Amino acid sequence: MLTHLPILQVIVPLMAAPICLMLRPVRLVWLFALIASAMVFLISVALLQQVVQSGTIIYEIGGWSAPWGIEYRIDLLNAYLLLIISAISTVILLSTHTSIQSELAAERHTFFYVAYLLCLAGLLGIAATGDLFNVFVFLEISALSSYALIALGNNRRALWASYQYLIMGTIGATFILIGIGLMYVMTGTLNMYDLSQRLPEVSDSRTVFTAFAFFIVGVCLKLALFPLHMWLPNAYAYAPSAVTALLAATATKVAVYILIRFIFSVFGVEFSFSHFPLQDIFLVLSLAGILIASTTAIFQQNVKRILAYSSVAQVGYMILGFSIGNPAGLMATLLHLFNHALMKGALFLAVGAVMYRVGGVQLSDFAGLGKRMPWTMAAIVIGGLSLIGVPLTVGFVSKWYLVAAVLERGWWPVAVFILVGSLLAVIYIWRIVEAAYFQLPAPGNAEVREAPLSLLIPTWMLVVANIYFGLDTRLTVGISESIAKMLFGVEP
Amino acid sequence: MMWLSPETMLQLSIVLPVLATAGIIAAGSYPNIREAISITAGLLLLYLVVNLYMALDNGAIVSVLWLEPLPGLAIKFRIEALGVMFSLIAGFLWPVTTIYSIGYMRAHNEPHQTRFYACFAIAITCVMGVAYADNLFTLFVFYEFLTLSTYPLVTHAGTEKARQGGRVYLGLLLGTSIVFFLLAIIGTWLLAGTLDFVHGGVFGNEPSSYVLGVLLVLFVFGIGKAAIMPFHRWLPAAMVAPTPVSALLHAVAVVKAGVFTLLKVVVFIFGIDLVGILPTTQGLLYLAGASVLLASLIAMRQDNLKARLAYSTISQLNYITIGALLATGTSLTGSAMHIVMHAFGKITLFFCAGAILTAAHQTEISRMQGLGRQMPITMTAFFIGSLSIIGVPPTGGSWSKWYLMMATLETGQWILMAVLMLSALLNVAYLLPIPIRAFLPAKSAQTFSTGIKEAPLLSLIALSITALGCVALFLFPQSLHELVNAILNAPGLNHGP
Repeated sequence: MLTHLPILQVIVPLMAAPICLMLRPVRLVWLFALIASAMVFLISVALLQQVVQSGTIIYEIGGWSAPWGIEYRIDLLNAYLLLIISAISTVILLSTHTSIQSELAAERHTFFYVAYLLCLAGLLGIAATGDLFNVFVFLEISALSSYALIALGNNRRALWASYQYLIMGTIGATFILIGIGLMYVMTGTLNMYDLSQRLPEVSDSRTVFTAFAFFIVGVCLKLALFPLHMWLPNAYAYAPSAVTALLAATATKVAVYILIRFIFSVFGVEFSFSHFPLQDIFLVLSLAGILIASTTAIFQQNVKRILAYSSVAQVGYMILGFSIGNPAGLMATLLHLFNHALMKGALFLAVGAVMYRVGGVQLSDFAGLGKRMPWTMAAIVIGGLSLIGVPLTVGFVSKWYLVAAVLERGWWPVAVFILVGSLLAVIYIWRIVEAAYFQLPAPGNAEVREAPLSLLIPTWMLVVANIYFGLDTRLTVGISESIAKMLFGVEP
Repeated sequence: MMWLSPETMLQLSIVLPVLATAGIIAAGSYPNIREAISITAGLLLLYLVVNLYMALDNGAIVSVLWLEPLPGLAIKFRIEALGVMFSLIAGFLWPVTTIYSIGYMRAHNEPHQTRFYACFAIAITCVMGVAYADNLFTLFVFYEFLTLSTYPLVTHAGTEKARQGGRVYLGLLLGTSIVFFLLAIIGTWLLAGTLDFVHGGVFGNEPSSYVLGVLLVLFVFGIGKAAIMPFHRWLPAAMVAPTPVSALLHAVAVVKAGVFTLLKVVVFIFGIDLVGILPTTQGLLYLAGASVLLASLIAMRQDNLKARLAYSTISQLNYITIGALLATGTSLTGSAMHIVMHAFGKITLFFCAGAILTAAHQTEISRMQGLGRQMPITMTAFFIGSLSIIGVPPTGGSWSKWYLMMATLETGQWILMAVLMLSALLNVAYLLPIPIRAFLPAKSAQTFSTGIKEAPLLSLIALSITALGCVALFLFPQSLHELVNAILNAPGLNHGP
């Protein structure tokens, strides 16, 4: 059984999804999905332990050995990603039974869980597989199910947002497929490890350059790197809150993972940064993304859009981290993957609680909520402080490593840009705080009560995690340090 | 308190105010019990810091490690002369301010008093954390939380004006600390490999003096609480807060946390020898000097009493910055003493401003003429406080200004000496007319109705204590002087000749 953990990770949610369709009533479907997600979480914990103790796990599907068969290859980076995705997904599922009631028509609840589990299976599949074509397949599974998830929202604009995402996502997927095809033509293999062995022989050819460019652009579309982020704000704003939380906390992370895997493992640092001007491109785009997206966030009236633009900015931090090109920078990216999932998860769940009680998430809907929903608002304040990067929260840990990595290179102006980015975060977070604590509630909001415990508990689990992992960083810092050393080829 | 080890007392003095917060919130609907908890906690804290002072006096080395969030970055505390001095001021003035607040807040029927006392206690915890921090990281953590915990106090009124003030307050303090201070700290970490406070500084000979010079600029600008221009606007903005907040936090705790941090950085991160030879020091000195003069000039033009006091505070804080940057034994003595002297003088003045507001409902200086007859105790205290700020005997301010003046002479900084002298004149011009006109009004002045009496008794007691403190510091400066001298010597107090 234990040897099959890598595949179970993907199989469990994939099989659970259709079973959901057969279950009645919705409460049972929810419980079933929750149990499936919790099982996946336990599996990912077990996998991480195995990897830490005995190194990379190689699992050959159906006993066909690579490069002919499909191979799942779980090293520390995969295990770390699997842990983030499954943990966040489980916490979010805790809240969905309550939160989707106000945001989805009753007959769609079962479909929601089906799409959710499929999306989860796709995301986990990307993070687990060692096969390039498998990556594409799972990418499409997660993307198609997330289009459906976004479109499930009651707001009719969700359809348009989903359509936008569909178009952009498909273009991205096509680019990725072209990249994969060209790589296959040049090397005759789709196994990532095999690719990394064979690519150096042909790395000077123009085809490989083209493959690399297509692939990177495609992935950047998926992870919403500025200026390819246009689909993201609408998708996040009009999707049901639980979906926004899931996408913000996990989907972009997985795309960043693909990028890291390709740049560092498959193509290698040497090719990506020396033969290709990737560093300059990423540096400029990520800095522009941080500043422009944060500034745009300041001018939004919809709190979900504020946080969505903030996500675009945070993606900038992640890309900036590894484009510095030293182990410390990669470490900062890896830390931020984990930490940003915690912050945005907590914030979007709290916003979901507001949606549940007030029915809207415009800034004006937040007026006076500091009194009416003290625990929800406290969660937003703490999550916001973490986003800003106040010490003793996870946000500070990422920021510390990122700035230290930049200064290690002697790039003082870049460090100033990063810190100015946090200042902009102060401004957009404080707009929410001021609305909640200084404005009198709108006449219709006088009766608003605190959110139910079924929403507060998952939110606060993530809020506490924001503080806990800001104080006890042994897990995150330890793992990301080992990963950074592994990917840079220095023995830990 | 022999039954408590100094280590326990050190931790207790940081934790105690937070524990008090819990009690304050629990007793929220019983004002008398709530305030009793505040005062009791204040007195206990004073008791603890006095005991820590005595432990330091006996040469004990007391340090505590709480946790280590990142490898090499620990939350760590240690008692050391400068920190003990700062905690003594805060520990003494917290209960005094609480006594004052009871009179003030109840007379004004202020809403949300529980939140007020709770945030106040949290702010005191942050001050204690800053005072006892053993490395820059710990200091930074508590420095940031001091800003955040005082934000609800600044915006206490909840009005549009309070919100605007709160924006400037948070924007400037968080802004400077995130962009400059944090950058300087991370830079220090990379250049020196440590953030611990070490006598004589942490940088070896390796980093070039230009890099270190830039780092010093980042520190001076980053420590926004020290209110060097052009990052001083938050202090006048914070004056929308109720007067007890302005008194303890924006004359003592918050602003002194700023200059205290600066002194710590100069003595324990750079080392005084290094600061003296950095290429940017001179420019920063002139900037601080300009801030002294400009703030004094702006203060003269303020008719609102609290605004005038706020600009006066900016000016006086830059005295301390000048002393820190001159980086000689004399100048640091002057700076450290000025932290204490200005604290007592300025808190007295703010207490008086609040008393006038409570009793006579006046905020504008032009409408305070002749108030001395009705409020003799308040106005006398105001007079004493003003003398101490100006630096005239028989008040404590004369000692610190004496040392600062000597330091400018020793280092041959003639321009700065002229600045200090000129500023003393300006101090006279913007402070003394207030009590003088109160007792000797111009003929045209309005007359107050006889109904105006002194402020509530508790407020009067508080402002009398601090006014007497100003005089006592002039008469008995010896132990303070010893404490201050110990800053530059080895850990623990030396009773040298």
